[in-house]
Amino acid sequence: MFTTTLKRIATSGGKNFVRSGAVSFATVLIMTVTLLIVGFLIFLSALLSHTLGMVQDKVDVNVYFTTEAPESSILAIKDDLEGLPEVAGVTYTSRDQALQEFKDRHANDELTLQALQELGENPLGASLAIKAHDPTQYEAIVNYLSTDSSTSVGGTDIIDRINYYQNKAIIDRLTAAIKTMEKAGLLVVVLFAGASLIIALATIRLAIYTARDEIAVMRLVGASNMYIRGPFIVAGVLSGVTASIIALVLFYPVAWYMGANLTTYLGGFNLFSYYTSHFALIFGILFGSGVLIGALASWLAVRRYLRV
Amino acid sequence: MIYFDKVTKIHRDGTPALDSVTLKVAPKEFVSIVGHSGAGKSTLLRMLLAEDRPTDGTVFFEDVDVHAVPRSSLHHYRRKIGMVFQDFRLIPHKTAYENIAFAMEAAGRAQEEIDSDVPHVLALVDLADKAWHFPHQLSGGEQQRVAIGRAIINQPDVIVADEPTGNLDPVNTFEIMDILKKINELVGTTVLITTHNKGVVDSLGKRVVTMERGRIIRDDAQGQYVL
Repeated sequence: MFTTTLKRIATSGGKNFVRSGAVSFATVLIMTVTLLIVGFLIFLSALLSHTLGMVQDKVDVNVYFTTEAPESSILAIKDDLEGLPEVAGVTYTSRDQALQEFKDRHANDELTLQALQELGENPLGASLAIKAHDPTQYEAIVNYLSTDSSTSVGGTDIIDRINYYQNKAIIDRLTAAIKTMEKAGLLVVVLFAGASLIIALATIRLAIYTARDEIAVMRLVGASNMYIRGPFIVAGVLSGVTASIIALVLFYPVAWYMGANLTTYLGGFNLFSYYTSHFALIFGILFGSGVLIGALASWLAVRRYLRV
Repeated sequence: MIYFDKVTKIHRDGTPALDSVTLKVAPKEFVSIVGHSGAGKSTLLRMLLAEDRPTDGTVFFEDVDVHAVPRSSLHHYRRKIGMVFQDFRLIPHKTAYENIAFAMEAAGRAQEEIDSDVPHVLALVDLADKAWHFPHQLSGGEQQRVAIGRAIINQPDVIVADEPTGNLDPVNTFEIMDILKKINELVGTTVLITTHNKGVVDSLGKRVVTMERGRIIRDDAQGQYVL
């Protein structure tokens, strides 16, 4: 008996969906737009995090050592730093490498090269380039360096300078900007998701409003509330499923076009490869929210007319 | 079987619709409730269907206080009553067959029962050839016959018909009344109708209850339409 009822509800819901063509079409259309917005928000947040990652990747702190600093001490500090949980990576540049890089950088500058020649010895110290997982962590890393005892050999400090203090203002501003962008992005997502949910709710409610007399008749003929509500929920879910499939299909050419033409403008972010590699995730989110919105909106909308 | 005990209904705007109405209907009776528009006939039926609550008094169906039935199980009670309305109230996107089958499906009946009973009832209301027509493809009389088919499909104890012929021409009116009479006489279903059609009432020769301004003013066992 229970399975018969379920089967009847499903059949009836499917029939309702097909027979009330114009209303179903409008509902599917609105839900497709809703899901497109949701999809674009997924892309936007992926693009945002890609950009943030790129910017964060460019930020680092360089520790310049004095020319007398022994290599073994520097490498010991490097090992210490790599042991810190905040540190993502440390790159060591030896004195010779620094000189070579300097020469390469000034290959067209005769005067500087000549001055270097006359100096006779390598005036450059070795350096460590430190990358943190998060830009807010640089401060802690620098503090660690200034208190670490291994930074002095025989009473003299082997650290010449840390460019963090020069970069601090820029790093702070960047950190603040990234934080704001993340917050703003989240706000936009919530705002758009909320607005589109309300629109979808209103549309389904309008669709069910046209069936209010029918609901009253069903009540009077002796149908239980669940038996009346069931088919509407099935129809709502079908709308959601249809809309999510349409949205996923529509995204394919859009993602392909943007991936082919806009990747360089978006800082190397390829939308198409993101779409194909994250298809399961995007499918899950769109399909899930389509089904959820359809079912929830139908459930809420029918409730109003069940009071006979 | 049906017992209205001093039922009073005052509408929210203060106008009285029923004034202490007491009425008893025995099983297998055919009762016509007559009166002018606004006399309270439809309100009385709405009380029985639990579509509306009385301001005072009680309505009993067998030994159940109708208005004490919780909303969540009201549908079990309503399955005992077959309802017919002046405006038919068919489900517009379901065919004649499906409209009748719906009442059985809603009651949780088995598919085999539906497959055998619905064609039978369609034949009874003389619509076997229009089973797959939608309501908008049927005439008023045909739609009302579908509605009667839906009302009797679950073999209810009572059929309640509110102005069943109000929207129909004389020929269809006669047909509808004929079907209701047959159901009453052959199956023994109690029938309760409201009407203001004198011809209908006089030709029946059954019990007539006359209402005026929310009160019962006459109750005749083999009545005529007198107003």
